[in-house]
Amino acid sequence: MMTVFSGYVIEKRLVPSSTSFVIVPLVSIILALLVGAVFLVLSGHNFWEVYKVMFAGAFGSIYGITETIVKAIPLTITGLGVALAFRMQLWNIGGEGQLYMGAFAATWVALNFSDAEEWWVLPLMITLGMLAGGLWALVPAIPRAIWGVNEIITTLMLNYVAIFWVDYLVYGPWKDPNGYNFPLTAPFSPAAILPVLGHSRIHAGLFFGLFIALLFYIIIYHTRWGYEIRVCGESPDAARYAGININKNILLVMFVSGAVCGLAGMAEVSGIAHRLQHGLSTGYGYTAIIIAWLSRLHPFVIIVVAFLFGALQVGGYIVQTSGIPSSMVAMLQGLLLFFVLGGELLTNYRIARKTPAYSSGDDAS
Amino acid sequence: MTAPYLVELKNITKRFPGVVANDGVDFNVRKGEIHVLLGENGSGKSTLMSVLAGLYRPDKGEIVVDGTRRVFRSPRDAIKAGIGMIHQHFKLIDSLTVAENVILGDDSTPPVLRLQDIQRKLEELSKKYGLHINPSSMVWQLSLGEKQRVEIVKMLYRGSRVLVLDEPTAVLTPQETHELFHILREMAKAGRGIVLITHKMQEVMEIADRVTVLRRGKVVATLTREQINRRELAWLMVGRDVVIQYKKKGSPGNKKVLEVDNVHCLSDLGRPCLKGVSFTVHSGEIFGIAGVAGNGQRELAEVITGLRPVTGGKIMIDGIDTTGLSPRQIIDRRVAYVPDDRLGTGLVPGLSAVDNFMLKSYRQSVLRRGPLLNKRAAYQNSRELVKQFEIQISSLDAPVKLMSGGNLQRLLLAREITSEPLLLVAVYPIRGLDIKATQSVHNILLQQRDKGVAILLISEDLDELFKLSDRIGVIYDGRITGIMPAEMTDVEEVGLLMMGSAGTGEMAT
Repeated sequence: MMTVFSGYVIEKRLVPSSTSFVIVPLVSIILALLVGAVFLVLSGHNFWEVYKVMFAGAFGSIYGITETIVKAIPLTITGLGVALAFRMQLWNIGGEGQLYMGAFAATWVALNFSDAEEWWVLPLMITLGMLAGGLWALVPAIPRAIWGVNEIITTLMLNYVAIFWVDYLVYGPWKDPNGYNFPLTAPFSPAAILPVLGHSRIHAGLFFGLFIALLFYIIIYHTRWGYEIRVCGESPDAARYAGININKNILLVMFVSGAVCGLAGMAEVSGIAHRLQHGLSTGYGYTAIIIAWLSRLHPFVIIVVAFLFGALQVGGYIVQTSGIPSSMVAMLQGLLLFFVLGGELLTNYRIARKTPAYSSGDDAS
Repeated sequence: MTAPYLVELKNITKRFPGVVANDGVDFNVRKGEIHVLLGENGSGKSTLMSVLAGLYRPDKGEIVVDGTRRVFRSPRDAIKAGIGMIHQHFKLIDSLTVAENVILGDDSTPPVLRLQDIQRKLEELSKKYGLHINPSSMVWQLSLGEKQRVEIVKMLYRGSRVLVLDEPTAVLTPQETHELFHILREMAKAGRGIVLITHKMQEVMEIADRVTVLRRGKVVATLTREQINRRELAWLMVGRDVVIQYKKKGSPGNKKVLEVDNVHCLSDLGRPCLKGVSFTVHSGEIFGIAGVAGNGQRELAEVITGLRPVTGGKIMIDGIDTTGLSPRQIIDRRVAYVPDDRLGTGLVPGLSAVDNFMLKSYRQSVLRRGPLLNKRAAYQNSRELVKQFEIQISSLDAPVKLMSGGNLQRLLLAREITSEPLLLVAVYPIRGLDIKATQSVHNILLQQRDKGVAILLISEDLDELFKLSDRIGVIYDGRITGIMPAEMTDVEEVGLLMMGSAGTGEMAT
């Protein structure tokens, strides 16, 4: 318990309030928009116009909605990937790097078999992309399992290695000779491109996300392996006591977590960029961490939250075209995060009046 | 005894939503006495003392200190009035020294610290009462017993004349308890008043000048030393007769279930811990291990259950060598284990009762449906166990960390027993439980013994060991210093062996 003002305390709720699951995020979003409005007015913009443009940009047209979904795909997949590791209290901050390694391996397939107009090109890209992401996650998982080396730092550091590795390739050996010196590879052949929905940019990666969410749900709540993950995550001592092999699960969970993030990378190169390029991801692997937490690591909620974050990104791009500086958009995104995470406090804690000794005499009934 | 009252609580009533924790309670402390406050878990002891220490404000009633009425608005007011509370969980900062901890939050500390003076004063206090505290040592280096003495010296330093100790012996070894009681005696002699909260009968008999028994928020009796009698206290506390002695049924079988032969292992810090332990437990026998905590008991249980590597010797379970097998392989040999850390090792705090019930059986075919878990069977099984073992539970899906200690222990035992074990290893199974919960745990253990299970009972409660065990082995410094049939020995002999003074007990296997 801690005191805020005299007569009020913040108490931990025994059971998180169920109504606050819905109300708190809504109120948080409204508050974030209000505070954002203050800054917009101070800098001479009509906040109502800006919000309208943002909302319309993300939801107001078929194009907007499809673009929102396009952004939501990598966010969903990486969100699910890191959430699996978080379930076991393995802090995989390396989703971004695993995404890049998945993209790298998928690109390797596409570039090496660019003449093959065969059905097996895409499955091979998926397999190798996932394998690369998984192995990249195993690199920090092995020292974690054997010596207990903190995986937060190692996974984070390996992100930079993976990003610079891809940069080296696209600036160097893999640079498209016909690319006017831009840091990107040659475009993929049609056999290496994921099918799209109608005329939109929504690609088959959408189904990857939905399928993995379903699989994630079944594994965690309905399989023996998922049960082991939950026990390990809640209490490693109890896991040892129950005869669960923790080290095996650390390796396995990190591998799968990385493989899922690698799949996101494969989907980005094969579904959106159609080539490997510098700056392929706009920090999907990092945003995924926030999405996973806001969703309380629940796979189906991750899909919804990823969609909302996709909308925020698309809305942000749209207002930039109407003269709002990009820093203003970044600020709005920051405010939203700040308030939603702050609001989290209220689902797990409550402000209560009346505490025994600190209260003044008149409220003791 | 006509010493003046240091503090009086008059007609204290304190309500919490849905419960009256204290209902018109009168309680007082005289100069120079040790007043024990006795009651089951939830009888209102802690609430009453929180009122005295200024943590809670009573709804009704008054607090009188030295004859004048006082209102405590915060613990600070209580400390100023000379009332010091020592909580069960110490409020110390590990990275500071003893002296720094003592002056923390003390208003009289000048802005420029003169630690030398403070340390000297602490040394004086420490010497006067035999506390053996070095004011300049770092708190993280201290044992639990030493930390408790730091809390005591902190309150003395602040001029407390009434010291309230909330179950101070729960974390202490018998040796440390003995020392603590000596210190408390010294302080009482010096004219301070001591309040001791406990639910251990033994401690009342040993130290109380007066005892007040609380039941369901009301005072049922305040007795002086001459009036105290075990049986009556137990009756006052629970409101019914408690069967002190358990009847032993039949004699143990001859089948050797657990054979521990010259076993060695290392402690967490890598030092030799078990130094050649040997004993045998038969089917249908409760073999008790007595000893002061920290002499290798936990490690012994872990070695048998495969959680700690054996560095020498051999362990046989049901005639098969299990030395060096994994915990899982030993579970599969039908070994059940009730660890001392119930919530966190034996149970998973954040998971539901259903999930906890299947912690060891989730691999079995009954709970399997292809690659999936058979949730329906798991729920069915849980409902039956909850009913059979009278576990009070709000929902099968609620995290078990919300349950009380007694219910947690029943849940844990229920799970371990349904695996139909050959061997049950139980470590401190009644620690922190009240009388009723203790009884139900003991009944479960006896039932298992009668069913032919071999039980290794590790406990520091001699009453418990004598009540339940067929044979008692004493562990001291990683060695078994004596093995005796329970009816052929007594508390004194076992107590001597526990203190390391071997010689009386012949090695008998």
